[in-house]
Amino acid sequence: MTIDQSPMALSITGATKHYDSGFTLDDITFDLPVGYIMGLIGPNGAGKSTLIKLILNMIHRDAGEIRVLGLDNIADEETVKENLGVVFDSSYFIETWTVNKVERAMAPMYLAWDHAAFDGYLTRFGLDRKKRVKELSRGMQMKLMLAVALSHDAKLLVLDEPTSGLDVLARDELMDILQNYIADGESSVLFSTHITADLERAADFITYITRGKLYFTGPKDEFEESFRLVKGGPDDLAPDVKGVAVGIHRYETGFDALVRTEDLDKLEGLKAEEGRRWAPLAAEPASIDDIIRLTNVDGAVHAMEVA
Amino acid sequence: MKLIISSVSGEPIYEQIKNQIRASVLNGELQAGEALPSLRKLAKELRISVLTVTRAYNELADEGVVQNIQGKGTFVMDKGNELMRNQLESQARESLAEAVRAAKAADIPLADLETMLTEEYQKLPS
Repeated sequence: MTIDQSPMALSITGATKHYDSGFTLDDITFDLPVGYIMGLIGPNGAGKSTLIKLILNMIHRDAGEIRVLGLDNIADEETVKENLGVVFDSSYFIETWTVNKVERAMAPMYLAWDHAAFDGYLTRFGLDRKKRVKELSRGMQMKLMLAVALSHDAKLLVLDEPTSGLDVLARDELMDILQNYIADGESSVLFSTHITADLERAADFITYITRGKLYFTGPKDEFEESFRLVKGGPDDLAPDVKGVAVGIHRYETGFDALVRTEDLDKLEGLKAEEGRRWAPLAAEPASIDDIIRLTNVDGAVHAMEVA
Repeated sequence: MKLIISSVSGEPIYEQIKNQIRASVLNGELQAGEALPSLRKLAKELRISVLTVTRAYNELADEGVVQNIQGKGTFVMDKGNELMRNQLESQARESLAEAVRAAKAADIPLADLETMLTEEYQKLPS
């Protein structure tokens, strides 16, 4: 693969933000190569939105460096913003504006505003120019933000929880649009979400943040393949399982343990014994949700793993 | 070319793509020199990660099933290719091993199995 030599759409080094409340987004470093979709995941309060606000220079950064398409996000803020398309979890337009007014307000902000492209997206999304923002459903408001984000030749889309509150059709359509957007190989997407089903298939990279720290960044397939879910009955939770498990969830009739794939060989319970048809434990692929869930249970191992 | 991705099979998606393209090449559905769909086009159509398709194509290239030509695309290799031959050979061996297992389970002697093999071999035009 030639990813290492490709230019970076987004390059974050040591980004840090302290809040007086005590929360710290601590020393986050990762790269998003041009031409790919990256999912930014983590439980609520992990620091996803803080990180996005740092990228957009909406809050003061305490340390680190952020480069968008090779440019410093503060020193070259105007050029950076010209090249960024942004979608938030709720509409940032004035509620009484009509769709038409949204275009009149947004177009002057961008040198490369493309009226025909915007018009095309309105038609495609079924957005009526005469409708007021407050009359639009949540899904339609998201599409309106998306139409603006896609109509000024942005090279990087940053989406903060765009799918929260959307039904499966709208989410599906969004993923289609994003895959179309990156098909030229020159455009990239950073997408924060806690609905991991959206990422399960289409995301190329995953950056996983929890408790303000980076847990993983790298190809999504590598993320999923580096863990397995080991399951067994209540009496099968042997010391070797406890020893290697990253996180364990116990319930009345059994347990789920998240185990690093390389540690599976160490588990005796996965081997069938003489005269016994089944091994007492079963190992299966772990979904992104399983990984998030079991790395956040009490007593989970917080080891940082950076690809 | 037919490609069907299952998300519940438990088999990684890049493996599914690899196996199906390899099978299409082995059964002649994809001919030598034919181009595979571009990485980004296939990813978009199957709604999967570009990296997943990249991995499948790269591993097929390592096996000698296809060839990546920088800037042009990915093309099916000639069947006479040595690596491809090895693939076919190991596939034949695997199928024979299966036949032997079935024969042993049914107590069929080796001589009879050989006769069956010869019959099957002659049934197909070369």
